[in-house]
Amino acid sequence: MAPRVELVGITRRFGALTANAGVDLTLESGVIHALLGENGAGKSTLVKILYGLLQPDAGEIRIDGRPVRFDSPRAARAAGIGMVFQHFSLFEDFTALENIAVSIPGAVADRRLRARVAAKAAEFGLAIDLDRPVHSLSAGERQRIEILRALMLDPRVLVLDEPTSVLTPAETELLFRTIEAVARAGAAVLFISHKLEEVRRLCSAATILRAGRVVARVDPRATPAKALASLMVGTGIADLRAAPAHALGAPVLVVEGLSVAPEGAHGIALERLDLAVRAGEIVAIAGVAGNGQSEFYAALSGEAGAVRAGRIAIAGLDVTRAGINARRRAGAAFVPEARLGQATLPQASLAENVALSWHATEDLGQPLLDRGRLGAIAQAVIGAFDVRPAAPAAPAAALSGGNLQKYIVGREIAREPALIVIDQPSWGVDARAATHIRQTLIDLAGRGAAILVITQDLDEALDLADRIAVMRGGRLSVPIPARGASRETIGMMMTGAPAAEAVPA
Amino acid sequence: MTPLFVLTPRPFVSPLRRVLTPVCALAAALAIGGVIVALLGRSPAAAFRVFLVEPLTDPWAAQEVLLKATPLVLIATGLLFCFRASRWNIGAEGQFLVGGLCGGGIAILTHGMTGAWILPAMMLAGACGGLAYAALPALLRVRFGISEILTSLMLVYVADLLLDYLVRGPWRDPKGFNFPQSVAFSDAALLHPLLEGGRLHAGMILALAAALAAALVFRRTLFGFAIAASGEAPRAANFAGFNEGRITILVFLISGALAGLAGVIEVAGQVGQLRPGFGQGLGFTAIIVAFLGRLSPLGAVLAALVIAVLLIGAESAQVSLKLPLDLARFFMGLLLICILLGESLERYRIRFRRAEKERPA
Repeated sequence: MAPRVELVGITRRFGALTANAGVDLTLESGVIHALLGENGAGKSTLVKILYGLLQPDAGEIRIDGRPVRFDSPRAARAAGIGMVFQHFSLFEDFTALENIAVSIPGAVADRRLRARVAAKAAEFGLAIDLDRPVHSLSAGERQRIEILRALMLDPRVLVLDEPTSVLTPAETELLFRTIEAVARAGAAVLFISHKLEEVRRLCSAATILRAGRVVARVDPRATPAKALASLMVGTGIADLRAAPAHALGAPVLVVEGLSVAPEGAHGIALERLDLAVRAGEIVAIAGVAGNGQSEFYAALSGEAGAVRAGRIAIAGLDVTRAGINARRRAGAAFVPEARLGQATLPQASLAENVALSWHATEDLGQPLLDRGRLGAIAQAVIGAFDVRPAAPAAPAAALSGGNLQKYIVGREIAREPALIVIDQPSWGVDARAATHIRQTLIDLAGRGAAILVITQDLDEALDLADRIAVMRGGRLSVPIPARGASRETIGMMMTGAPAAEAVPA
Repeated sequence: MTPLFVLTPRPFVSPLRRVLTPVCALAAALAIGGVIVALLGRSPAAAFRVFLVEPLTDPWAAQEVLLKATPLVLIATGLLFCFRASRWNIGAEGQFLVGGLCGGGIAILTHGMTGAWILPAMMLAGACGGLAYAALPALLRVRFGISEILTSLMLVYVADLLLDYLVRGPWRDPKGFNFPQSVAFSDAALLHPLLEGGRLHAGMILALAAALAAALVFRRTLFGFAIAASGEAPRAANFAGFNEGRITILVFLISGALAGLAGVIEVAGQVGQLRPGFGQGLGFTAIIVAFLGRLSPLGAVLAALVIAVLLIGAESAQVSLKLPLDLARFFMGLLLICILLGESLERYRIRFRRAEKERPA
């Protein structure tokens, strides 16, 4: 019998870049197959080709042995490709049922459809209240709608792109049970993730991409995570070095009773947050995406946020009502989540982008900018952080995600801040760059800076931080010491169990 | 229904393509314009000669081209500040008229007087008038969030009517046989030719200086960087702490001041008095100039010359080929459409869809 789906010799070029070079991928019915690779390895391109969003330059897709061509996602769906993207495409003001109805050709959200959807949800263990509007649902619930929507079309293949990044550990368990049920029902599953432990638990086959090529096909259950990571990166990855023992200084960032009004109709209000980060200390804010972390970052940086009550102090200076540049002058540096278009101006060069944050504290030349100085600063950052291409004249948009993040973190650290607030330091960054960035933060804390890391990656929080607090529904837990904290403890805090009972102080 | 084609973004835009886009747009507009001229029963070759060649080869016409290009360069340079910041000042025509009115007002008040201060005072008044008039849409946007596109455009008609009222009412020349126009300005209120017997005046130098200064601001100053950030990536501008409202107001003030200055130069140089319609739509034409020049000051200088050639060519085509003067306006509209289309094709590739293939059952 022919495999369910075969991708044969798929090649796709973007200008000079070859995103996929002769990639072969075979998905068997009933098998959960992992697609592994660093950012930029070509996973997204391959999935977009399978889903009809991109056309291959060469190669063929076969379903049950028959060659097919997809001009559009519609054609791919009709041929039985179900897709759940990392970013949801749901109408916020529609109910779950209505969102499912709009994706089924000719369907209306009536009682008949309701019964069909409910039956399908029960079959695969998807708990959803079909009549609630999407904006009131959690990320996990939204994802279940997306999955159910794909399952309503009885897919031959279900593709899930980084599905666990928005889930709590408990929600991840539920998702895995659903995926296993989908496979048992006879579909092939393609599971894309960079969380290797998850892959090892769930998948029985894995294809590893590096620089657009298949470098290995392995059974992940029989391959240690470290070996998988080495295959993805090409070489071994260094372990993090702890900073030399150092005493903690006075609090540099103090947040007291901070309440912030929600921004927009679906924004999250921050409720009475308390936090102090001391000199030399790394504090991590963990939590499932969309629980107020972005709002907290923006309130700390001064980029947004209508403060209703409470205060923020940086190095003893009350900055509650101050703009971002006054906070920079107080000694703070900020690294926002969006690298292009927020932390950098995409078309401007790395040298020019230095001015974006440096102009607050440095005289960069009046009236004409000192281009030599900007270039020298950019060059120093590039050298210290191994940014590629190593050209201060390169536009920010030309850098890969990992290199751009190294540049941005390097640019802020080169300002020698007393406090740095980083939102998602290594999200979507390849393993080697992530390690480099984390090591830099540890070293910076060792030199006496206060560091606040906001992250969705629990492993990152555990690796980096001295203390971890969890953000949930716009509230912040009391920070617990990271040493000795377990994933389970923090997972429970994410879902609402009180931390104090679970952890000895 | 499946669309016939889709646009897919190009990952890279080569520098050559960026230069070729306006050239191709111009060529396409010329080709379409040639077809229209042929449909009107005239020879496209003759029209090409009258429109594009003669304005450059005939010395008198060449001077006219430079005179026509002068206000275009000034206004377009100002508009670049707005457009680069993605603030849409569509009302440069109004700021141009108000500038001319304020400068002209000084000329009328000082009628018969002499003094080297009169002309600079007119220029200052004109720039301030344009600046104040541009401040209105900027403040409305910053304070109340009202679209500056609508307000700046509507204020053009207010300025037009104000001019009409003044030259028919309080400022009408009492010895002007009831024509709606002001007195002819005294000598001290006129821009004189730089060279004996020529027509070119100092306005051209001012326009070039403004374009050069703008180029320096855009490339080398923090303010230029803030404008680019605000236009291309507002969140990056916010991260840099550049104040959005302040940028809106500043770019509008600069744009209005330059348009107002152009208005004074036009009335003190070309027209010599205030009369209805002295604007000739140059404030709108300058929008085309700004885009044809790819939002760069030096590009705007080149584009202003191209457009001025067309405008002068249209005047002589009316005489020698009996082609309607509106043909030039039509052609500029066509050109703008071709440029915008060209910019889309620069950033996107057209992919035609084949009929949907057979699907597996």
